Amino acid sequence: MYVAVKGGEAAIEAAHAWLAAARRGDPSVPELGLAQIEQQLALAVDRVMAEGSCHDRGLAALAIKQARGDLIEAAFLLRAYRTTLPRFTPAEPLDTGRMRVLRRISATYKDLPGGQVLGPTFDYTHRLLDFALAAEGAPPPPPAPEAESGVGPMPRVSEILAAEGLMRREPAGEEAPPPDLTREPLRFPAPRPLRLQALARGDEGFLLGLGYSTQRGYGNAHPFVAELRLGEVEVVLCPPELGFPISIGEVTVTECQMVNQFAGAGEAPPQFTRGYGLALGHSERKAMAMALVDRALMARELGEEVLAPAQDEEFVLLHADNVEATGFVEHLKLPHHVDFQSELEKLRSIRARVEAERAAPRAEAAE
Amino acid sequence: MLSRPERLALLARASAAELAAAMAAAAPLPPHRRLRGPEVGLTMLRGRAGGDGAPFNLGEATLTRCSVTLADGTIGHAWRLGREAEAAEAAALLDALLEAAPARAEALLAPIAARLAAEAEAKARRAAATEVRFATLAAMR
Repeated sequence: MYVAVKGGEAAIEAAHAWLAAARRGDPSVPELGLAQIEQQLALAVDRVMAEGSCHDRGLAALAIKQARGDLIEAAFLLRAYRTTLPRFTPAEPLDTGRMRVLRRISATYKDLPGGQVLGPTFDYTHRLLDFALAAEGAPPPPPAPEAESGVGPMPRVSEILAAEGLMRREPAGEEAPPPDLTREPLRFPAPRPLRLQALARGDEGFLLGLGYSTQRGYGNAHPFVAELRLGEVEVVLCPPELGFPISIGEVTVTECQMVNQFAGAGEAPPQFTRGYGLALGHSERKAMAMALVDRALMARELGEEVLAPAQDEEFVLLHADNVEATGFVEHLKLPHHVDFQSELEKLRSIRARVEAERAAPRAEAAE
Repeated sequence: MLSRPERLALLARASAAELAAAMAAAAPLPPHRRLRGPEVGLTMLRGRAGGDGAPFNLGEATLTRCSVTLADGTIGHAWRLGREAEAAEAAALLDALLEAAPARAEALLAPIAARLAAEAEAKARRAAATEVRFATLAAMR
């Protein structure tokens, strides 16, 4: 028998007090400041902004501190906070072609207009732990070298191919506002703008695994990074009271154009198609994984067979959101005492019946 | 002379200290009244599929907006990324002042423009230093 109970307030209070103390850690160690998180854990901040789907470095840093470095918990906190803010005018689409580029590489062309610019990258580092960083109080590293910046325009690699007719052009955009999954639930089949929104806020690890699966044969992909760029883009919006567009600041984004072969179908000749990734902040792995999965999800539109998990839009889009996923997985920790009691009673009665049936033939045999 | 969009772009990027300095340089400041805000909200950032295709919603960004009016009815607006309420009000006030006297904008906002240009130049120069210069190697036979 189950009796409804109340209680736990004192235990919860004590648990939260302990959490606060555990968050602070040993008080003899200096407390972490938000500016330190913003500056020195910058990529964690970027990931929380991308998955929290809200660009604000200070809020993301606070969320990371509050979440003790648990980045999914931090994204959750940021998502919750954003619901308290009103939404003003939407921004015009970011013009990544006019990005102030910090890094831009292409794996398809060695020499391309604008060049291969490495920027601040982990690539080509040896992944050896640097114990020099463990010695605190060292002077800051010398400033990075500079060179004359004859940076001319940096045309998109995809445009170079499209101009030759070898790359499928993106269908021109409708100017109607794109669908917004923060306002209405996902619907299927999902149009590409809705898929891209879901992927942009999706979990990096989940998308990475799916993207990897397309490379390993689950989905017929042979991708090339046509271009990966990182830089600052202007945010432009048109305030109703002004009636003309104004620039209100810059955000850093990472963009990936992934090229894939396409055999052609129907009217469409054999050509390259592209998957697209765009992520808030410096998030190359995320942008690349997103581009791979975006391309895989185009299977239906391109008339390719949908065989692999990464090509199944319901599977991908309904499971990519780590805040939703963690909510449903972690809710299992909450009291299920009544549910479980009913399962327990059912199992006991089944067991009793099975045992009774087993006992009956034996009784007959004994006679 | 700076156009209003150019002016608003500079005021959106100015630090709180730079706005305070610009206000000090513009002193004495006429009294102003808040029309709206300063209030913090969100704007939905959008991208385009493939960089140049159909728009999609990328994620939101915080911003602060403020509108003020001077005694003579001149209205100033500020829209800035981030959550700095005081800075947004200062930017709106400066916009109103410069709406009344647009010729002063260039001198008043010059330090902000110079700092932004210097930062952009420094980043461009650092990026340029990481540009790969390929050397063609003689074929190994």
